[in-house]
Amino acid sequence: MRKLLSAYRLLIAATLTLVSAVAHAQLSIEITGAGASRFPVAIPVFENEGTLPRGVTDVVRADLERSGLFSLVDTGLAAFPVTTVPDMASVRGRGADAVLTGSIYQQGDGRFEVRFRLFDTQKQTELGGLSMRMAPAQNRAIGHKIADFVYEKLTGQPGYFSTRIAYVVKSGPTAAPRYELQIADADGMNSATALASREPIISPAWAPDGQRIAYVSFEAKKPVIYVHTLATGQRQVVANFKGSNSAPTWAPDGQRLAVVLTKDGQSQLYVLNADGSGVRRLATSPGIDTEPAWSPDGAWIYFTSDRGGSPQIYRTSSSGGSAQRVSFEGSYNVTPRLSADGTSLAFITRNSGRFQVAIMDLASRQTTILTDSARDESPSFAPNGRMILYATETGGRGVLAAVSSDGRVKQRLSVQAADVREPSWGPQIR
Amino acid sequence: MKKVLVPVLLATLLAACSSTGTFDQPAGGAAVDERSKGEGSGVATVTAPSASGSGIAALTDPKNILSKRSVMFDFDSYIINDEFRPLVEAHAKFLVQNPTMKMLIQGNADERGSREYNLALGQKRADAVRKALTLLGAKEAQIESVSLGEEKPRCTEATEACYAQNRRGDMLYSGEF
Repeated sequence: MRKLLSAYRLLIAATLTLVSAVAHAQLSIEITGAGASRFPVAIPVFENEGTLPRGVTDVVRADLERSGLFSLVDTGLAAFPVTTVPDMASVRGRGADAVLTGSIYQQGDGRFEVRFRLFDTQKQTELGGLSMRMAPAQNRAIGHKIADFVYEKLTGQPGYFSTRIAYVVKSGPTAAPRYELQIADADGMNSATALASREPIISPAWAPDGQRIAYVSFEAKKPVIYVHTLATGQRQVVANFKGSNSAPTWAPDGQRLAVVLTKDGQSQLYVLNADGSGVRRLATSPGIDTEPAWSPDGAWIYFTSDRGGSPQIYRTSSSGGSAQRVSFEGSYNVTPRLSADGTSLAFITRNSGRFQVAIMDLASRQTTILTDSARDESPSFAPNGRMILYATETGGRGVLAAVSSDGRVKQRLSVQAADVREPSWGPQIR
Repeated sequence: MKKVLVPVLLATLLAACSSTGTFDQPAGGAAVDERSKGEGSGVATVTAPSASGSGIAALTDPKNILSKRSVMFDFDSYIINDEFRPLVEAHAKFLVQNPTMKMLIQGNADERGSREYNLALGQKRADAVRKALTLLGAKEAQIESVSLGEEKPRCTEATEACYAQNRRGDMLYSGEF
């Protein structure tokens, strides 16, 4: 009953978040599916948190809840100061297998110190803790770091709450649309427009350094590839050859891009330096080759090709050579994207006329369809490989969605009165 | 003087039917480098045609076949259907008669499936039109074929009739792009 009550409170909290997010035209996140067994964790409000203009524990709670891997256990109003070891038997009695305790200390310079510790109530041991200094406006960034810490200690995998995502928002009337390349935190907050245009923007791709994004803009009435430095807003044309220039993707070294050009005929794969120099053809095929994706070890480039009569996924050595077919089931498999550990491939498959997100285990070549929607596009992995962000459609409107790599956890991210598309999950910056 | 005037006139004439929006810049957003807008785009700059009787005015005269610019394609097809032969022939003839005139062919695809794969499909349609024009005597250097993929649908409903309108190649002349 208590668990149910706390779930109800969370639902109210989530609804309020949703309303405030919409008011700021942020991406709002709705959880549409959760893991079968979620890890129960208690996160009482940090001691003296009222001294902060905006809290951090709400951020930590929302991150962990949204991951679908955790359920939050209510511990009541009592404070759990970081300086004392909590009564773990009592916390466990309330159903929590772990508890996060923390305190806020006001510093003389207007800054704050946040100290927290994580305890395993089953083993009755401390799992670790940290102390961080923050400016009052950094409450969200600090909250994400704490959530990353908890996530990693309890799941063994790094968290992804401090990462960023890029996507394109289309708004305005059909006759005069506006396209914006936006960057937001992984929870959809803090969105900022990096580029606004009257012409389409597609295929944003994060550089491994998280500082630059390559994309295709149609502002010159044709597709041209740019590299955009986020901090300065500087943009550079890196491929503007006769014909179309598209599908940029970064090499793991951040120095080169694989792209698709039509300067020598139909869409083919090329590699060039990040400043646009040193163009060389990677492969020659009798059909369309597009949507290259580098494997994290730099050895392979996966891509879509219709050389066999239908679009399928192939791979070729990044130094060139013959291609091997990777996808075999069905007549439409496109947009290959690799997980950061290189073991899994996310892609879009057409299944009875519906375009859905699928995942392939590259060792066994076992494929699983993860979604039940009909218009999925542009999958990209979270840096830890646990979630896949993609674009889909609900009610004729483009929205972003995320699904866990086991298909259990599902979220939807949308912006009021606008089409959202072309998501790309940014790298983990350590 | 004439060399400058003619394209300006053409651009003015065509301004009404051109839907080119201006590239605006958000407050606090990225600085848009003007240089990156047109220069070095691979698209030829506007040059004067050797204006003859079959010249400029024909392109915008609704009674002239040259005012029609779209070649429609069947689903998953890049073959120019017979009904569009006269249109392609007329434009080839115009390019031959006006050898300094440049053309941009924009290929399009319907919205189903991957944006990048659709961009490649649109390119195949634009290339089909370009090849037909060059076989009929137009020079390679006069024509650039590019793709807009599924990004510029003429019709936005999710119906077969609508998708059919979006599988097309559009022919644009100097001053229209």
